[in-house]
Amino acid sequence: MSKTTEQVRKSLKARYSSEKRFRAFGITAVAFGLLAVVVLFTDIISKGTSAFVETYIQLEIHWDPEELGIDDPTDPDQINVADYDALIKAALRERFPEVEGRLDRRALYQLVSSGAGFKLRDQLAANLDLLGTTQTQWLLADDDVDIFIKADVEDRQSKRLPEVARPWVEALERDGQTDIQWNASFFSHGDSREPEQAGVWAAVTGSFFTMLVTLALAFPIGVAAAVYLEEFAPKNRFTDFIEVNINNLAAVPSIIFGLLGLAIFINLFGLPRSVPLVGGLVLTLMTLPTIIISARASIKSVPPSIREAALGMGASRMQMVMHHVLPLAMPGMLTGAIIGMAQALGETAPLLMIGMVAFIVDIPGGPLDASTVLPVQIYLWADSPEASFVALTSAAIMVLLAFLITMNTLAVLLRKRLERRW
Amino acid sequence: METAQKLNDTAQTNPAARMAQEPETMNQRIPYPERTIGKPLCDDPKMSMRNVDVFYGDSQAIYGVDLDIGKNEVIALIGPSGCGKSTFLRCLNRMNDTIDICKVKGSFMLEQDNIYDPKLDVVELRARVGMVFQKPNPFPKSIYENVAYGPRLHGLANKKFELDEIVESSLRKAGLWDEVKDRLDQPGTGLSGGQQQRLCIARSIAVSPEVVLMDEPCSALDPIATAKIEELIDELSGQYTIAIVTHSMQQAARVSQRTAYFHLGRLIEVNDTNTVFTAPEHALTEAYITGRFG
Ligand SMILES: Nc1ncnc2c1ncn2[C@@H]1O[C@H](COP(=O)(O)OP(=O)(O)O)[C@@H](O)[C@H]1O
Ligand SMILES: [Mg+2]
Repeated sequence: MSKTTEQVRKSLKARYSSEKRFRAFGITAVAFGLLAVVVLFTDIISKGTSAFVETYIQLEIHWDPEELGIDDPTDPDQINVADYDALIKAALRERFPEVEGRLDRRALYQLVSSGAGFKLRDQLAANLDLLGTTQTQWLLADDDVDIFIKADVEDRQSKRLPEVARPWVEALERDGQTDIQWNASFFSHGDSREPEQAGVWAAVTGSFFTMLVTLALAFPIGVAAAVYLEEFAPKNRFTDFIEVNINNLAAVPSIIFGLLGLAIFINLFGLPRSVPLVGGLVLTLMTLPTIIISARASIKSVPPSIREAALGMGASRMQMVMHHVLPLAMPGMLTGAIIGMAQALGETAPLLMIGMVAFIVDIPGGPLDASTVLPVQIYLWADSPEASFVALTSAAIMVLLAFLITMNTLAVLLRKRLERRW
Repeated sequence: METAQKLNDTAQTNPAARMAQEPETMNQRIPYPERTIGKPLCDDPKMSMRNVDVFYGDSQAIYGVDLDIGKNEVIALIGPSGCGKSTFLRCLNRMNDTIDICKVKGSFMLEQDNIYDPKLDVVELRARVGMVFQKPNPFPKSIYENVAYGPRLHGLANKKFELDEIVESSLRKAGLWDEVKDRLDQPGTGLSGGQQQRLCIARSIAVSPEVVLMDEPCSALDPIATAKIEELIDELSGQYTIAIVTHSMQQAARVSQRTAYFHLGRLIEVNDTNTVFTAPEHALTEAYITGRFG
């Protein structure tokens, strides 16, 4: 064996062991990351799934015009303001005749959600023939009842339902007069003080409009800026300065953008508060640097030989960019846009600054309606005292993640379509 | 042995010493001629260049070159690497405009038109003076789209069948038609290196240029592909004026009628290809031809 081979063998050993060490580090890091994700998801899913269903209570409703206070059923105003809660109270009294006393009665009335009356109103408005009849109805239960019913029997002691009400609920449960149903209102309602009526849809539409504004502004502006900086701008001190600033801007804490938006869009330009348009503008400012930086990188990665070929054929610079550089850079630009949009979708702090933290019950109809967004909704619910909001928070997080995954999937599909396979 | 080692060391560590060493071995021993030797000018030029100086920033890449390119001739530009062949060639269709630090001086005429006239549009110029690059650079589009790009860009064909005709005739001229006629919709980048380069030639002749500039078109190709391109240049030589930069003296000898020898930015000698290779007049040319440096 020659001296060189000996030396090589010696160094080989060190090389292999360092490679092994590196691999072990890598695997540990990946495993740790995966573990964190699994823990996070199990936690969210285990807490959140119960919010997708809610408890209903079966009651005999007498559509008594007198109790309702309706003497002329053709008058829509009377139908609107009629006292439907009285019907529910009467039904509860009938079901539990043994309950006496003001305090106990009040506890009894609270078994049913305060929003249940609206359901009766809608039914009567749709069908006036109901007046005078008797009907079994499934009515939404109060959130305390909901939690009590959903809990395991051993756990029920710790729940918030008042002591007096427990036997009533257990009686209802025994008689098959409680039911757990799909929580449709979670996906169709806005926020509410009552957890059982609170929904995520206002926040979802708010997020949607905000993202729409952000995408519509940030992507074209970012791409245009990147194209200009890469293909047209002279390379001098000034453009260096701009480049440095764009990179710095990407590192600015997002709440600063919120303050900027408050000062400029709301105070200076007089745009309304709490609207997706302003939220979108703020998030545009925030995502622009990300989009510009990634767009520039993907423009840079287009081989110069393609540019030369286009110019050599007599294409102008603009034609070269439009015909060749942009189509080739588009997949990379989209990746950047996805990252930017995902960031923007999860952003809370700057939106708090421009008032998107408001309590929004109505579903926004456009980017100029007051609204909130999913992460802010999550923040609001996480901050609410009622126990039911814990489940709602996790459920809203799941909706946010689903939103994110949908958005990313769309972008990935789009990118796949645009990507040239040659 | 020891002194040689030492000399080498100083050459490597001390740039001044190295600079002093180089000219002694290559340049300074053989002086440049007062003016270009041979026949740099012709009677009936397609392009004529006078007093060409080119600078990259502060460093000069071309020094006072006068050269004519005759109608329908193939002229080969040869010389050691870094001597400015590409630079000179790229001046002829203003591809150097894209390099910010590049400054071009002198007069460039394409027949009656001044190439560097600010009123002359580079788009028009590049339609008249096409270029084929060292590395085959087809667009990442279909073969058809590659060839149709120029005619579309310059509005040479309004109807589909006219475009089809141009594409077919260009591919035929480039000797590629039979190989690709069944897969015109397939990516141009999927062809072999030699086919790609012929596709690039087809692409540039699709706009019927008057002059085709080729910058080492075969340097990335294998010998068989090279032979095909050379054949092609031979066939095209009747219809187009061609200026070809090449590293291979055999290639220059095979395809060109005249040969221009560049040395460190100076045009040393221009003559009939035969003369340059059999009886070079200047010592630098001779040194290059005989392979003393390259
Ligand atoms: N884009 C450029 N920027 C600065 N200097 C350049 C550039 N292109 C070429 N040069 C310089 O110009 C000289 C001639 O280069 P080039 O024309 O490419 O030589 P050749 O094609 O004969 O090998 C070389 O010294 C080279 O370093
Ligand atoms: Mg070159």
